[in-house]
Amino acid sequence: MIRFAGDSGDGMQITGNQFTDTTAKVGNDLATFPDFPAEIRAPAGTRAGVSGFQIRFSSTDIYTAGDIPDVLVAMNAAALIVNYKDVAPGGIIIANTGNFTERDLQKAKLATNPLEDGTLDGYRVIAIDINARVTEALQGSPLTSKDVLRCKNFYVLGLMYWLYSRPIEPTLEWLAAKFAKKPELADANQTALRAGYNSGDIHEVFQGRYEVVPVENALPGTYRNIMGNHAVALGLVAGAELAGLKLFLGSYPITPATDILQHLSELKEFGVITCQMEDEIAGICTAIGASYAGMLGCTTTSGPGLALKTEAIGLAIMTELPLVIVDVQRAGPSTGLPTKVEQADLLQSLFGRNSDAPLPIVSCATPADAFDCAVEACRIAVQYMTPVILLSDNYIANGAEPWRLPDMDKLPRFPAVHVTDTAGYAPYSRDAKLARPWAVPGTPGLEHRIGGLEKEHITGNVSHNPENHQLMSEMRRDKVLGVRDTIPTPEVSGPEKADLLVVGWGSTFGAIRSGTERLRREQNVSVAHLHLRHLWPLAHGLDEIFARYKQILVPELNMGQLSRLLQGEYPDHRFLHYGKVKGKPFTAREIREKITAVLEAKS
Amino acid sequence: MSAVQLTPKDLKSDQEVRWCPGCGDYAILNSTQAVLAEIGVPREKMAIISGIGCSSRFPYYMGCYGFHGIHGRATAIATGTKTANPDLSVWVVTGDGDAMSIGGNHLIHAMRRNVDLKILMFNNQIYGLTKGQYSPTSPAGLKTKTSPYGSVDLPFNPINLALGSGATFVARTVDTNPKHIKSTLLAAAAHKGIAFVEIWQNCVIFNDGAWKEWSTKEARAERTIDLQPGQPLVYGKDNEKGLRISGGEVEVVAAADADVWDPTTAAPLAYIMAYLDEREDLPHALGIFRQHAKPTYDGAVKEQVDFLTAKKGKGDLKKLIYTKDAWQVS
Repeated sequence: MIRFAGDSGDGMQITGNQFTDTTAKVGNDLATFPDFPAEIRAPAGTRAGVSGFQIRFSSTDIYTAGDIPDVLVAMNAAALIVNYKDVAPGGIIIANTGNFTERDLQKAKLATNPLEDGTLDGYRVIAIDINARVTEALQGSPLTSKDVLRCKNFYVLGLMYWLYSRPIEPTLEWLAAKFAKKPELADANQTALRAGYNSGDIHEVFQGRYEVVPVENALPGTYRNIMGNHAVALGLVAGAELAGLKLFLGSYPITPATDILQHLSELKEFGVITCQMEDEIAGICTAIGASYAGMLGCTTTSGPGLALKTEAIGLAIMTELPLVIVDVQRAGPSTGLPTKVEQADLLQSLFGRNSDAPLPIVSCATPADAFDCAVEACRIAVQYMTPVILLSDNYIANGAEPWRLPDMDKLPRFPAVHVTDTAGYAPYSRDAKLARPWAVPGTPGLEHRIGGLEKEHITGNVSHNPENHQLMSEMRRDKVLGVRDTIPTPEVSGPEKADLLVVGWGSTFGAIRSGTERLRREQNVSVAHLHLRHLWPLAHGLDEIFARYKQILVPELNMGQLSRLLQGEYPDHRFLHYGKVKGKPFTAREIREKITAVLEAKS
Repeated sequence: MSAVQLTPKDLKSDQEVRWCPGCGDYAILNSTQAVLAEIGVPREKMAIISGIGCSSRFPYYMGCYGFHGIHGRATAIATGTKTANPDLSVWVVTGDGDAMSIGGNHLIHAMRRNVDLKILMFNNQIYGLTKGQYSPTSPAGLKTKTSPYGSVDLPFNPINLALGSGATFVARTVDTNPKHIKSTLLAAAAHKGIAFVEIWQNCVIFNDGAWKEWSTKEARAERTIDLQPGQPLVYGKDNEKGLRISGGEVEVVAAADADVWDPTTAAPLAYIMAYLDEREDLPHALGIFRQHAKPTYDGAVKEQVDFLTAKKGKGDLKKLIYTKDAWQVS
């Protein structure tokens, strides 16, 4: 596992992404975790400005971006001091001595140079003046000396390609395409990349090169590398197509959800309409207006934005229009830690509206899973005429993994029906799923009125009748609960009966799966893992599953949300909450240690 | 447009109208039904979208498609509907509280984007549905339930707000003059782009007579001037007085010397007409303040989609997902 760390202006995210793409092409399984500051350009050289990108790759299936880096690339003193403690004992630290001057140390608030003062005892430190090497390699380049130094991330990337025996060609091609209109920049970065790669041989700084062979047990198929936000965007386009609808996205930029809006705004030829609105409320309201007109309305946001959309979600519940609301969760409350991960919007999604306002909730576990979950959210929205919340988070949104591509022809279709038959039409009549008919403006003879006032059963006229409100409240509840008839009971990974069941949701999947598998494999621990995709309604059969395990542990990146939900729904079982709210994902080690502790306490 | 012929009756719904007896909304409802019957649009292609407030009950009384939204958000919902299907004739019915207070943000942005919506803003200078609190258009000093010692808020001038937001059609009419409502709404319907129409409307219960100084039949001739394209700026019982704009100031002249009104001008004359509201010695302006031709938002969105679909070919989902950098595992 490698972590690249530098100033946020050093291009660490580009470096990391290039390493990721090349690694995926080599056929390794991988997982990534970008970790960047909220400020686009915090003061250069300071601790606040450090941007990191972590990638873990392996010949075996892996589930997380890794706990402990084997290699840290530190582009300056601040990046070193922020990250070195995470590196495995005996791990490699590559430090760019060009940015360890007196002034750099000051900016990083260091009294002495950590490369010299014993801070790094126990690590293999490789000190290279990357600034000097890049300047040397680019002698005679038409670029200014400042621009020359900006090529240093590609020098580092070249060095890492050498160390891990990756080809440099994909990045050379990428640079040529990216800077097609600025050949001097393409040329300089390519030269830096080659120089870095060659330096591995020439300078003999490393004892040897690593070979990570392709994964052997990967399922056959076609793969590509995908990030979570991109997968959500593709899933929404696919979901609309499977419904036979055009997609409409009303949105407002917010970290870390903005990429979805950006991706979808490129897809005009799919008939996708994206409206960047004046605020979060307008984002969802345009989507509701578009669904009213017959498109598949969708809005994307993060926690604070979801809070703003609350009243409009209630309107979509009352008017029973299809709508997909994507919440890419980040650490909160309020503005919180906008670029850090948390899974703390579950209860907001479930209950964060006035009155009884139920809606289905789907959550994705990994970047690739985000595609399937987006399709699933579209299916439920269309088949049940309801808003659906899709929960992702920052770890999924900006993380990447190889995605085994689905056979597009075999994805089940769920065609939406825009009714046209005037005979017997009533706006709030219901089908077997309790969904009301979708009659869109433009359809002759079906003119009708909908709105946020309570509607009379069948006719849809405004009604203040007490019995009717009771009936309609029950209808809305039962319609959403009925979704469980179309979702499978999730499969348990591990033994059918065991001392402990670990129940997770969302992006903790990797840490829990890898933690439980390893405990079974290496220590024969009696533990299983259940991961929930549908958080409301909960699937049939969970009660029976819970009954087969002596204890149930629920790790979540919050202060106790799924555990609280499960405790309320299944009071016969006891759910142990294990929370973490540090803006970082669980590590597999934390999960293992917690499991061990829980089992030891019991015995 | 096809030659669809409707009668006002076609645009009535089967719902009982429930505004207070004597409310100005009745006259506006009747005029709107008469106008929509005349614009040549089949009623299934009309959608009336509203927010919250007395005026926002409007959709329930119309025999076309209707959506009663949430407070302040009608313009945003309507933007989505119109953009999703530009073929629809989309009307927003709102009030001074709904549009200028809670919905102010959506209103100014819909106007700036030039979404092809017709916005009818009923201005009665009061919150009626919540039973009488001051609104963002209430005059300073107005005593209401929440301003028992007089409101200390200064009001918006709705016309200036619309002009400043870039609305391409800005007009004003009054509930006491059905003929004027009709001609104004017909002009709004004919305009391609956003049309903002302020309608002085009397709340008979909570702010009765707010406009009577200007709105009664007797007052109108002397206290208002009707801005009509190509017509001289004249007013008075016998249209004997005229207005002339000179050096940014408005002066009263003989009718023969009055300026001719041109709402299409790029010159900022419409603002000057809006500021007549603050002059005790001059009439308030009704009619069409601005009428500019600009591309519509919904049209531009559709154009981009059509252009890129023609250029790139209809999107192929399989190609989108199976990219060049995909690899095989066997």
